[in-house]
Amino acid sequence: MSTAATTETKPAPPPVDTIKIKVDGREIEVPKMMPDWQGNLQPTTMLQACQLAAKEVPHYCYHPKLPIAGNCRMCLVEFGLPAMGPDRKLLLNEDGTPKITKQVLPYEPQTPRGAIACATPISPGMEIYPSSPATKQMREGILESLLINHPLDCPICDQAGECKLQEYSVEHGQATSRFVEAKVHKPKAVDLGPRILLDDERCILCTRCIRFTKDIVGDDKLGVVNRGSYNSIAAFPGTTFDNNYTLNTVDICPVGALTSKDFRFQMRVWFLKESKSLCTSCGTGCNLTVGSREDKIYRFEPRENNAVNGPWMCDAGRLNYKWVGRADRLTEVLVQDVGQASRLSHSSEKSKTGATPVLRKTTWTAALSEITEKLKKVPAGSVAIVGSARQTNEELFLLGKLAKKLGALTDSVPREGEADKLLVSADRNPNSTGARLTGLCFTEMGIHLPKIADGIKAGKIKTLIVFGEDVTKHGFGPDLLGRLDTLIVSDILPNATTRLAHYLLPGCAHAEKRGTFVNVKGRLQKFIKAVEPKGDARPEWEFLHELVHHVTGHNGFVSIEGLFNQMAHEVPAFHGLEWAKIGDTGVTVQI
Amino acid sequence: MSFSIPADLEAELNELVTHYPQKRSASLMFLHALQEHFGYVSKEAIEWTAKKLDLQPINVYELVTFYPMFRQEPAGRYVMKVCRTLSCQLGGADKLHAHFCGKLGLDVHKHGLQTSKDGKFSVEFVECLASCGTAPVMMCNEDFYEGVSNVKADEILAKAQ
Repeated sequence: MSTAATTETKPAPPPVDTIKIKVDGREIEVPKMMPDWQGNLQPTTMLQACQLAAKEVPHYCYHPKLPIAGNCRMCLVEFGLPAMGPDRKLLLNEDGTPKITKQVLPYEPQTPRGAIACATPISPGMEIYPSSPATKQMREGILESLLINHPLDCPICDQAGECKLQEYSVEHGQATSRFVEAKVHKPKAVDLGPRILLDDERCILCTRCIRFTKDIVGDDKLGVVNRGSYNSIAAFPGTTFDNNYTLNTVDICPVGALTSKDFRFQMRVWFLKESKSLCTSCGTGCNLTVGSREDKIYRFEPRENNAVNGPWMCDAGRLNYKWVGRADRLTEVLVQDVGQASRLSHSSEKSKTGATPVLRKTTWTAALSEITEKLKKVPAGSVAIVGSARQTNEELFLLGKLAKKLGALTDSVPREGEADKLLVSADRNPNSTGARLTGLCFTEMGIHLPKIADGIKAGKIKTLIVFGEDVTKHGFGPDLLGRLDTLIVSDILPNATTRLAHYLLPGCAHAEKRGTFVNVKGRLQKFIKAVEPKGDARPEWEFLHELVHHVTGHNGFVSIEGLFNQMAHEVPAFHGLEWAKIGDTGVTVQI
Repeated sequence: MSFSIPADLEAELNELVTHYPQKRSASLMFLHALQEHFGYVSKEAIEWTAKKLDLQPINVYELVTFYPMFRQEPAGRYVMKVCRTLSCQLGGADKLHAHFCGKLGLDVHKHGLQTSKDGKFSVEFVECLASCGTAPVMMCNEDFYEGVSNVKADEILAKAQ
């Protein structure tokens, strides 16, 4: 490790002070200092050293992103230190190796003295024995005491399958309980807040939730009340645990004490398919894991990415998945029948009376070829495109290609909200940066929208292509849209714009397709498909690719990988990127 | 009942805060003073303390629930504290406690402090009152009694009437 590791792109890192220790008899050199929960360098702990040595040390209260509490005792390990003589010099064995004294209880020298690995710094020559019989015995003892008052209600517990108490009991615990006394009963189903329910009997008092809400969120709402075996987690009576990050406590709770009201009793976790995805609720682009079964999404959970969201995500983003499975999703390719030549006045009449135009179901092939015919005939400059900063880079890139061919004015719709100190961005579009980088909109998003509206009013713009936005809310009233010859709309859920469309192309939620977003800080990240699209809905990039191919005559790529690589070639900010090279946590691009 | 702190008590507590390097360290002294003044630590008292010491109410609530000598409900005019640590237990603390409960119509088996219906007397077990040689011992409010027989207990009750 002391040899300088060099890469082509980065200069060699400065030499790191290291310490030689032994883990389970194997010598390993580890850095003297390592980042703590805030990323500040602190003396390396035994637990970190064991992790570097690929030796798992079980733990409950320790969490790499929370202050160390050292209260669960699960990470106790047997260890030894180099023996020193009265002259403060190392004592040596006959073979010249340093003599190691295993640490024992001072009053009971036959009993090993463990140390909690999470809070004990390493020292030169230290030997840690995470697999020794003594360590195993300590773990057994700790688990036995943790299970004394635990209800063992795993069959009805939501945490079952992802419970550390279960896992460690299997791995390190005893097969039978020796506890014959009556268990202490504590509050059950405590309503902590609007999204959290607490079962105090299952709690092992690791205080992760308390530390999270106090030190990460800054909302010091939870505490340990009562005493001894009646200890329980609680909020102050009359107050609720309600901030935008409460559901993270459910993730970090190592047992089934804190449960999400949303996910509770909905699905056993081992049935969930996990797909790596991104949150689309704001420009931060938190990494998440979609938990789905049989094409139904059951939950979003944050996925650790220290370049973006760490291990956390906000409650609003986490719960923003139900619309994907909504019953009124657009699932059919629809076309408005154009019977009379006076269709224009016809439709404005309809909008006056409030009746919706009659849409006929058609096929993708028919719709796309009709649209192609129309777009091929239109004069340059008579088309405008309103894309969405909720679309992927690939889709925006294809829209850009279409716009270039048609000489179309393009823009997308800004979405502003309030930012917070932790994760939520003021930009509520997941891909504003991507929309700018692919050239679909300008730095000031939405600046061209009035120009497009004016163009329609003046009769200059006759065809409008809208993707994923309800433009009636952004200065394009039904009357204005009624003036168009052709209104091509792609969306996921019905809205006032989709109801006026001449061609309605059902699109996909991000969880139903693959693609990339660029977050507000310039992190390009990819997401994969979790569930199948509903009905005839297709990923936008797929049919846009076909449309672009038909209209421009250029060949493209039918795979997302190929499309991305082509885009990386053509969009300056993405130069040198390849789909296969974007890892699960993304890459940073120049913005 | 509205919660109000007399000005002199508040001044005393304000001064108390200055004794500690951190405001938070004054929490227990605040709670003692408030319990002495109001007879118990109410929710309002906890909130007031938290505000005074730049804490969240839950931080103070943790303390109040941890220490058995803090009460969250008002007690009777006279509080009988019966010692139940080993010597007194051997010397008849249970009998003494049961005697009080019988006299005052309270449940012997109930945990914690109980108050008679007229609100005049409360009975509770406490830990060592530091007079193991004269078991069983007890306190009635601030008065200390040693070798308390049932007869003596009745006298204490009568005196308090």
